[in-house]
Amino acid sequence: MAILLDRSNRVLIQGFTGRIGSFHAEQMIAYGTNVVGGVTPGKGGTQHLDRPVFNTVRGAVAETQADTAVIFVPPPFAADAIMEAADAGIRLAICITDGIPAQDMMGVKRFMRRYPRANRMTLIGPNCAGIISPGQALAGIMPDQIYREGRVGIVGRSGTLGYEAASQMQALGIGVSTSVGIGGDPINGSSFRDILERFQTDPDTDAVMMIGEIGGPQEAEAAAYIQARMTKPVVAYVAGLSAPKGRRMGHAGAIITAFGESAHEKVEALGRAGVTIAPNPSVMGETMAKVLHTPRAA
Amino acid sequence: MDIHEYQAKQILSSQFGLPVPRGGLAYSPEQASYRALEIGGDCWVVKAQIHSGARGRAGGVRICRSETEVWDAAAELFGKRLVTHQTGPAGKVVYRVYVEEAVPIERELYLGLVLDRQSERVMLVASAAGGMEIEEISDAEPDSLIRCSADPAVGLQGFQAREIAFGLGLDTGQIGQMNEILLGCYRAFRDLDANMVELNPLVITDRGRLLVLDAKMSFDDNALFRHPAISELRDKSQEDKRETYAADRGLAYVGLDGEIGCIVNGAGLAMATLDMIKLAGGDAANFLDIGGGAAPDRVVKAFKCVLTDPKVKVVLVNIFAGINRCDWVAEGVVKAVRELKLDLPIVVRLAGTHVAEGQKILQESGLPLGVATTLADAAALSVAAWRDTIRLSA
Repeated sequence: MAILLDRSNRVLIQGFTGRIGSFHAEQMIAYGTNVVGGVTPGKGGTQHLDRPVFNTVRGAVAETQADTAVIFVPPPFAADAIMEAADAGIRLAICITDGIPAQDMMGVKRFMRRYPRANRMTLIGPNCAGIISPGQALAGIMPDQIYREGRVGIVGRSGTLGYEAASQMQALGIGVSTSVGIGGDPINGSSFRDILERFQTDPDTDAVMMIGEIGGPQEAEAAAYIQARMTKPVVAYVAGLSAPKGRRMGHAGAIITAFGESAHEKVEALGRAGVTIAPNPSVMGETMAKVLHTPRAA
Repeated sequence: MDIHEYQAKQILSSQFGLPVPRGGLAYSPEQASYRALEIGGDCWVVKAQIHSGARGRAGGVRICRSETEVWDAAAELFGKRLVTHQTGPAGKVVYRVYVEEAVPIERELYLGLVLDRQSERVMLVASAAGGMEIEEISDAEPDSLIRCSADPAVGLQGFQAREIAFGLGLDTGQIGQMNEILLGCYRAFRDLDANMVELNPLVITDRGRLLVLDAKMSFDDNALFRHPAISELRDKSQEDKRETYAADRGLAYVGLDGEIGCIVNGAGLAMATLDMIKLAGGDAANFLDIGGGAAPDRVVKAFKCVLTDPKVKVVLVNIFAGINRCDWVAEGVVKAVRELKLDLPIVVRLAGTHVAEGQKILQESGLPLGVATTLADAAALSVAAWRDTIRLSA
C-alpha cells in the first residue's frame, strides 16, 4: 500500500494532447501507471498514445471509470479544469500547472466546498511535481529512477528539493512509500497536515521526510498536528534560511510577509513539536538514516 | 507587481468611487509648481513617487506653502535616492512627484486588504491607529486591529463593512462613507486581481469627511494576462535592473548582495542552494530558477542574466534534472563559456536525468570547470573559488 496513489488508480490526463501533457503522459505510462485516457476539449473521439481522448471529464469518467486526474492545462484555464474534475466525480486530482492566479484558486477552494466532505475530491497542487508511489504508479513529473521502493513518506512544496531528498535517501539505501509534492502556490489543495495525516495512518509508512519553505502558515499548522497526533518520526528541512523578507523567491507562495513565516521561525516550531531538523539540504538523507536507526522509546 | 501612489489613487477614485484629495503628477519642478497653481489653495504636499511605503520618514514628503516652495521641494526630490526599510540599502530613485492639496486632519485610520493564506480569502484589516506601518500597529496596538474576511462566493457584505465602520468609532454620518470605501476597496481587489490594497492613512478631515491620503496597490503577477491596463502601469525605473533584465527574458530572478552567482532549477532547490552557500561561508549574488525544460540557449541566457550583476565573481550551476536534461544543461554551460568568453570560475553540479552524458560533455570540453556531484560539494567548491578570487585581487 501507499497513500493516495497505487496500481489501482485509473488515471486521466487533462491537457492530454498538448506538448507537456503528452510528454509526461508517456513517462507515466512507461512507469506502469494505469492511464485510461485523456481530455482535450475539441479533440474528443480521437486516439492519443493509444488511448481515447474525450471532450469533457464527465464523458471520460463515464467511459473509462477514471478516478484520478493529472492536470497540465495552461494557467488561464487550469482553475476551470480542476472544478470540472471535481464535478465529474474524480476522487483525486493532481494539478501540475504553475502560474494560476491566486483568486482563481480561492474560487476553486470555495467551489469544492459545495460537495459533502465524503464526496469531495482531493486536490494536490497546483504548481507541484505530483505523486509517485515507487514500484506502483507515477502521477506527476518526477524523474522516477531516483525513487527506491521503501517505507519513508516524502511531502514537500518544492519538486526539485523532493528529488534531492529522494536521491540522498536512495544513496543510503532508504526507499520511499509515496512522495507527494503539495506545490509552491499560496493557496493549494492539500496542506502538509493533510498529507501527514495520511502517512500517519498508512501501515506501509514508518517515517516522513517533510520539506517546507518560507511563507505561509502551513508548516506551523503541521507542527501543531505533529505535536498533538503524530507518532511516526518526522524529519524536516525548511528552505530559505537566507531569504530576505518581502521578496518572492520563485514560488508565488515563497515570500515572508507575516510573523512566523521565516525559515528560522518554522524550524523552531517544528523542532518544538519533536521533529528532527535537517540543518541543511545536503543532509536530508543522513538525518533520516540516523532517525531510522535510532531505537525509539516506547 | 507594484504601482505608484498616484496610479492607485487614480484607479480607486475613477473606477471605484473612493474620495481622494485633488492632485496632479509632475516630471519637473516647473510642472510641479504649475500643478499647485491648478489645484489652488495655499498649502500643498509634494510626494515622491517611489515603490515603497514610509516615504515620509525618508524625506520624500514635503509640505509647501507657496508655489516657490513647491518648485524647490520638487527640485530637491527629483533624482534623489530614497532609502526606506522596504527599498533595501540601495534605495529607489525619484523620477515623478505628485502634488496634492494639503488637508486638515482630525483622525488617521488604517485600512488594508490582503490575501489571507490561512482562511484562503480576502482579509480586511482596519485600525483606528493609522499613520503607522501595519507592523508597528500590530506591535504597539494589537488590540486596535479589526479583521474580517470576505466569502469569495458572495463578496464583502454590507454588515461586515458596518461592523468595521462602527468598530473604528466613526460618527453616524461617516458610516455610509466608510461603507462605500470598504466595498470599493474590496471590489478593486477582486476585479483587478490585487495582492494588496492599503489605505494608510485614510483620514477624517476637519469637516468630518473621509479621504484617502495615501494608497498602495500591488497585483498578482499570475493574473496580469487578463489586466492589460494594469500591466501598462509597470515602472521599470523602480525595479532592480538585474531583475528587469531577467523578467523580460522569462527567468525567475531575485537580486541579492553577495558575489556568488547562482543558476538553479526549481524554486525550492534554488533557495536551498542559497542556504548551502551561506553555511559554507559565502553569500549568493542572486536567486535564479531556470525552470523546466532548459535547452542550451536558456542556460546561456541565464549566464547573461547572472552576469548583468558586476559583483559576481563565481558562478554556481546546480541542476537536479527531472523534466530538465543534464546533457542539455552541460551543452549550455559549454556554449556560454565559449560564446561569452567567460574567464571567471564556474562550478557545475549535475544530477538526475542524463547525468552521465552531461558530465561527459563537461569533461570533453576541456574547460577549467569545477565539477561537483553533491549539493554540499557544490557549495564548498564555489565558496573556495570565491575566496581565491578575493585573495588574488587583494
